[in-house]
Amino acid sequence: MDEARIIRRRLSPRLWLAGGWLLLALLAAIFAPLVAPQDPLAQDLMLERLPPFWLDGAEPGYWLGTDSLGRDLLSRLIFGGRIAFIVAFAAAIAACVVGSTLGLIAGYFGGWADRIISRIVDIWMAFPPVLFAILLVAVLGTGLSSVILAIAIIDWTRFCRVIRAEAMGQSRMDYVENARIAGYGRIGIMLREVLPNVVPSIVALLSLEMGIAVIVEAILSFVNLSISTDDPTWGGIIAEGRLSIHQAWWVLVFPLITLILTVLSFSQFGEALKTRFDPVLR
Amino acid sequence: MSACLDIANLSAVLANGQRVLRSVSLTVQPGEVHALVGESGAGKTMIGKAVLGVLPSSVRIVEGDMRLEGEDLGKLPPKARRTLIGARTALIPQDPLTALNPSRRIGPQMTDRLVRILGWSGDKADKRVRQLLDEVQIRDPDRVLKSYPHELSGGMRQRVLIAAAFAAEPRLIVADEPTTALDVTVQKQILRLIAALQREHGTAILFVTHDLGVVAKISQKVSVLYAGKVVEEAETADLFAAPRHPYTRSLMAATPRYTAPFASLKPVDETVLAGLAAEIAAADQAWRRPHG
Ligand SMILES: Nc1ncnc2c1ncn2[C@@H]1O[C@H](COP(=O)(O)OP(=O)(O)O)[C@@H](O)[C@H]1O
Ligand SMILES: [Mg+2]
Repeated sequence: MDEARIIRRRLSPRLWLAGGWLLLALLAAIFAPLVAPQDPLAQDLMLERLPPFWLDGAEPGYWLGTDSLGRDLLSRLIFGGRIAFIVAFAAAIAACVVGSTLGLIAGYFGGWADRIISRIVDIWMAFPPVLFAILLVAVLGTGLSSVILAIAIIDWTRFCRVIRAEAMGQSRMDYVENARIAGYGRIGIMLREVLPNVVPSIVALLSLEMGIAVIVEAILSFVNLSISTDDPTWGGIIAEGRLSIHQAWWVLVFPLITLILTVLSFSQFGEALKTRFDPVLR
Repeated sequence: MSACLDIANLSAVLANGQRVLRSVSLTVQPGEVHALVGESGAGKTMIGKAVLGVLPSSVRIVEGDMRLEGEDLGKLPPKARRTLIGARTALIPQDPLTALNPSRRIGPQMTDRLVRILGWSGDKADKRVRQLLDEVQIRDPDRVLKSYPHELSGGMRQRVLIAAAFAAEPRLIVADEPTTALDVTVQKQILRLIAALQREHGTAILFVTHDLGVVAKISQKVSVLYAGKVVEEAETADLFAAPRHPYTRSLMAATPRYTAPFASLKPVDETVLAGLAAEIAAADQAWRRPHG
C-alpha cells in the first residue's frame, strides 16, 4: 500500500506541471514591477510591432515583441496576470462559499429547503452565462469589483449542483444514520460527517472555477466591459492583437497561449488536488 | 423493574398505505439477547430503525408504542427522544464499511461520541476506547485509531464498530445482521466477540438475523417475523424444542441442522406460505376496519 502510494505520488506530473505554471504565473504577477522588463504602459512609436526575440528585427529587452503602440508584450502579460489572478481567486472563492453552502444545505436537509434551492438553481442556469455576465456588468458598471461580483453571481450554481448531489448521496450513508442515533444535531452532522466527504469535490471545483473566472474576465475585457482600458488585461491584449493579426501575430498568440495554459493548469491542478484530499484515493 | 425495550402493537405503513409492520409486539428484558429472525424483507431492519428513531421518511408509524426502560418514546418531545436514544442505545450495523465515515480517522470517530454526547473528557474517552479495542482483541490500537476505515479489513472494521457500540455503556444494542457482510471465516469470531462483550457488560441486544443457527447460539428469546408480523415469540430453547407456529416449524425443517452454525435457509413450504398469506390478509382486513 505504502509503495503504491509513493509510486502514485511520483507519477503525478500533471500536479507538478500545472502547479508549476500557476506558481510561476502567480509569482510573476505579484512581483510584476520587479520582474517585468519594461513599463507595460510606455508607448514608443519607434518600437512598434517588434517581433519576438528569435525573429529578425527583435530588440533585446523586448522578449515577446511589442504591440502596435510599441508597448512590451511580456510586461503587459505579466501585469495582466495581476487582474486575472485577483479575479480568479476572489470570484471563485465567493462563488464557492455561496454555492457550496447552499448545495450542502439542499443536499443534506432535502425537503422544502432542497426544493427552493434547486428551483432557484434551475432558473439561474436557464440564462446563457456569457450573456448573463455581460448583462450584469452593464448593470453593475465596469470595474474590478463588478467583474468579480458578476462571475460569483453567475457561477455559484456550478458548486451548488455538484455539492448538493454529493451531500445527498452522503446523507443516505449509514454513518450519517449512526450519528443520528448517537444524538448529534442536524447541523453538527452536516458539518462533521458530510462536509469532510465533499471537500475533495469542492477543492476540484474551486480550482476549475478559477480557470473559468480567468476566461470570463478575458471575455469581458475582450468586449471592453471589464476593468479600465489602461490596465493591461489578457482579454484586452487579445482584443488588440486580433486587430493586428496580419502585421503582428504574436500580440494575439502569446496572450492566448498564456490564457489557455493558465485555464488548463487550474483544472488539472484541481483534479490532482482532489485525489490528494480524498483519503480513499490518496 | 421495567423492560429494557417494550414494543406494543407497532404498525407502520409506506406512503402508498402498504403495511410494513403489522401490530408488532416484543419485549427485551435487561441483559437479554432477543433474536429477531425472519426472511429478507420481513421488516427486521425496519423494527430496529423504528426503535432507534431513524425510520426512512417514507415510512410512517400509525399505531402502537415503544418504551425504552419505561420511557414512552412516542410521548417525548423530539429533542428529548434523541438524547434518550443516544444515551441508552447503540447500533451494530450490517455493513461495517458504510457505517464508518470514510474521510475521518477511526480515533475521533470513536471518541467524539463520548466527548460530545456524553460530555466525557478527551482523556477519559480515549482510555475507554482503548479498553474496548482491547476487549474486541485489537492488539495494535495506536495504528487502528490513526487509520482511515478503508485501511482496515472488514472484520477489523466490525470489531471497531462493536467496540464503539459498547463504549458508551448503552442499555440496549440493536445488532442488525452484524455478520452477514463478513467472510465466513470471520463471522464466527465476530459472533463470539459480541456474545462475550454482551455477557461482560450485561447489555440487552435486539439481535436481527435470518439465520436460525445464529439464533440458537446467541439468544435467550426469539421473535419470528414474517411480512412485518411477529408469528411467534418464545424462549429460544422452547422454540427449538417445540415450535408452535407452522411457519417456524417450516423454517426449521428447511434448515435440517439448525444447530450447526451458519447453515443457510432453504425455501419454505408452499402450503405454509399460503396459510400465512391468508392469515395476514385477514389481519389486515381486521386492522383496516377501525383505521379506515
Ligand atoms: N426506505 C424504504 N422505503 C420504503 N420501503 C422500504 C424501505 N426500506 C425497506 N422497505 C421495505 O420494507 C420492508 C421491510 O424491509 P426491511 O426491514 O429492510 O427487511 P429485512 O431487514 O427483514 O430484510 C420490505 O418490504 C422493504 O421492501
Ligand atoms: Mg435488514
